[in-house]
Amino acid sequence: MGKLTPTRRAFLAGTAGLVIAATLPRGARASDGTQPFVPNAFVRIAPDNTVTVLVKHIEFGQGTWTGLTTMVAEELDADWSQMRAEHAPANVELYVNALFGIQGTGGSTATPSSWMPMRQAGAAARAMLVEAAANEWGVPAAEITVSTGVISHQASGQTATFGDMAEAAANVSAPAEPTLKTPDQFTLIGKDVSRIEAAQKSNGTAQFTIDVFRDGMLSVAVAHPPKFGATVASFDASGALDVPGVERVEQIPSGIAVYAQDTWAAFQGRDALDITWDEANAETRSSDQMMTAWAEAARTADLVAEESGDLDAALSDAAEVIEAEYRFPFLAHASMEPLDGVLEFGDGQAQVWTGSQIPTTDQAAIASVLGLQPPSVTINTMLTGGSFGRRATPDNHFVAELAQAARAAGPGAYKLQWSREDDMRGGYYRPLTVHYMQGGLDSDGNIVGWRNNVATQSILAGSPFEGMIQNGIDATSIEGSTRMPYDLPNARVAMANMSSGVPVLWWRSVGHTHTAYATETFLDELLERGGKDRVQGRLDLIRSDAGRDRAVLERVAEMANWQGVDAGNGIARGVALHESFNTYVAMIADVSDDGGQPRVHRVWVAVDCGIAINPRIIETQVAGALGYGLSAAMFEEVTLLDGGEVDQSNYDLYRILRHSEMPQVEVSIIESTMDPTGIGEPGTPPIAPAVGNAWRALTGETPKRLPFVAV
Amino acid sequence: MSISFTVNGAERTTDADPAKPLLWVIRDELRLTGTKYGCGVAQCGSCTVMIDGVAQRACVTPIDAVAGADITTIEGIEGPEAEAVKAAWTELEVAQCGYCQSGQIMTATAFLQETPNPTDEDITFAMDNNLCRCATYARIREAVRRAADTLEA
Repeated sequence: MGKLTPTRRAFLAGTAGLVIAATLPRGARASDGTQPFVPNAFVRIAPDNTVTVLVKHIEFGQGTWTGLTTMVAEELDADWSQMRAEHAPANVELYVNALFGIQGTGGSTATPSSWMPMRQAGAAARAMLVEAAANEWGVPAAEITVSTGVISHQASGQTATFGDMAEAAANVSAPAEPTLKTPDQFTLIGKDVSRIEAAQKSNGTAQFTIDVFRDGMLSVAVAHPPKFGATVASFDASGALDVPGVERVEQIPSGIAVYAQDTWAAFQGRDALDITWDEANAETRSSDQMMTAWAEAARTADLVAEESGDLDAALSDAAEVIEAEYRFPFLAHASMEPLDGVLEFGDGQAQVWTGSQIPTTDQAAIASVLGLQPPSVTINTMLTGGSFGRRATPDNHFVAELAQAARAAGPGAYKLQWSREDDMRGGYYRPLTVHYMQGGLDSDGNIVGWRNNVATQSILAGSPFEGMIQNGIDATSIEGSTRMPYDLPNARVAMANMSSGVPVLWWRSVGHTHTAYATETFLDELLERGGKDRVQGRLDLIRSDAGRDRAVLERVAEMANWQGVDAGNGIARGVALHESFNTYVAMIADVSDDGGQPRVHRVWVAVDCGIAINPRIIETQVAGALGYGLSAAMFEEVTLLDGGEVDQSNYDLYRILRHSEMPQVEVSIIESTMDPTGIGEPGTPPIAPAVGNAWRALTGETPKRLPFVAV
Repeated sequence: MSISFTVNGAERTTDADPAKPLLWVIRDELRLTGTKYGCGVAQCGSCTVMIDGVAQRACVTPIDAVAGADITTIEGIEGPEAEAVKAAWTELEVAQCGYCQSGQIMTATAFLQETPNPTDEDITFAMDNNLCRCATYARIREAVRRAADTLEA
């Protein structure tokens, strides 16, 4: 590979050549001292000395703007106060997530997939600034130092800011392989820089998609079928058109679109539509009926995902066999910002403003509907009011609906706003799931057999990502059931693929949302039955090659001063250990019985996510993810009534965790020099089993059907 | 029939349908976008504004109910409580996604204007009807506490 002519393969492979590959063309560079220095696709240094990082992952609360900017600033030796962040545009060649092969955010990959590219981008920019200074001052580059945003040459006493050198640096070639720091040289990573968008999110100025207004823009509300799979048979728009402010009504593939002068009029107009639905292909089963069918299938699940020893023989020889069935409902993401997007098009170009979690396929979907080439569709990724997976849809249904609504009405600007009810009743739920477990104990109380059967609906089946399914097994269905850290002899994990007309999707921590609960509460029950301590019993089972699992469990036991499940004063303790997305988390929860439902007072968490880039953000992500998991375990459930309509439409019936229900959380981060792993999701899985285990210690019963509380 | 009121000290008049919620007048007509739509049924608190100094849900307040009233949004809050709350929110980096935080800040500000020396229980009770899906609740409590302590000092 030539120094300045990298091949396309370099960035598709996500190799060290990425930064160079991502170097933007220099042809249009101006030399009047007002143009920024753009050393590569990730960094822009302005003459005013600000450094803007183009962040290839959406910021929807998990801290990508600060985290990725920290990586660049570290290698650049910038001063944190000069750093800025903005979302990168849709451009898979420049902004690919090397772990996905497309540009996108998910699976807690933003940090690990950016760790090398962002540091290389910062280091390359630094090297170019240094070379520019060396040329300008006529001194050897090796004698130049950079610290907190100041370039210095000690012998000559020369100093310059990045802004001073921006113009000169633009004429320097990018280094092929910039030298990166070693962890002992870090001055920003691990040191808690301030969160970049904290102020704008504390005074109402942060701009979300809902805040985008374009000249002449119409607000659009779409009437969707009341059951999944139903379609429009006929409709009468006259009532809607009589609503003041309503401009037009169009049928689009997903329903009936109402266009109005503002959001309220669009909602009112939609309410005034008279639609007859064709339910011939609708899903009409209730979720109760599905649960029964899933439970039956779980008993006989035979698609083997992982197997060791001879389970049948082990169970028939066991002194005692325990079984359990766990039932998990559909869950809604219920992000605070309902789905929304703005699209403006005409003259063969389109501009979109939305919380795009997969820009590559969102761009392609919009282009396809509008009959454009993807590069003609500009995606402006906005700060987004949560997602938790909801805006990463393999079928791109939301932006496709936005584009369909725009196409039906012709060139112009449109804001598609889903109401809370649209969002909650719109599907794309965490799949309804049943686990059937069996465990065998010998006469000494040791585990001699382990069966984990999972009946669930595949997220990937029927999607463009279907190719990731191997031997009929969608890894997102069973992740966390396999590759457990424990040495369990005669173990068998099998699954049954279920299907329904309800669209399902990844929901913060995906398969781990149910596998962590089933495995960690069942294991806990077996340990109890075998007369083992719940922490020591786990430690005794942890494989010798699972040192990181061991370390977080030992750390959390130390933090909580674990002395067993009884903490006195009516409080019981539950422990859980679960790795997800290569981040290791152990929790201990203090729980009491508050009139028949759990009250969680305090939770200790130990987490190993490799090098901790922003410890404070890690702590808040862990606490937030814990709150998200606790919310689901306690209250959340989407049910389909007889006939197939969704029962819940707002936060009244889809109850989420409130202030008064948030426990006190203490987080300890394991010191590490391993490459960083993600932190958006791994705090979610362990909380439900920790609380479930404490509840069994209080009452004798593990809750086997989630949520714990009927709303 | 037009309806008049003040928003952040400025006189405003709208010809909107009297049943139109204040939220959509503030957002779509006045383009004050800090106040957010979350649920439309007074369940989440993202739309919290002050009407004559009292924290209210703009999403269920019909515009004709605020004729002659003084409305304050996140863009217009001022005074020691508002400053202390916004500063605490920024310093403690309360926000994750940030979408609900205008409503949280409005509720917290109105609360501290009414309750100068709150206990921790007072804070939890006052904030309990503002939902945060990112579960930033612990930081919110800390920030309200810090703001209250700042005001006392």
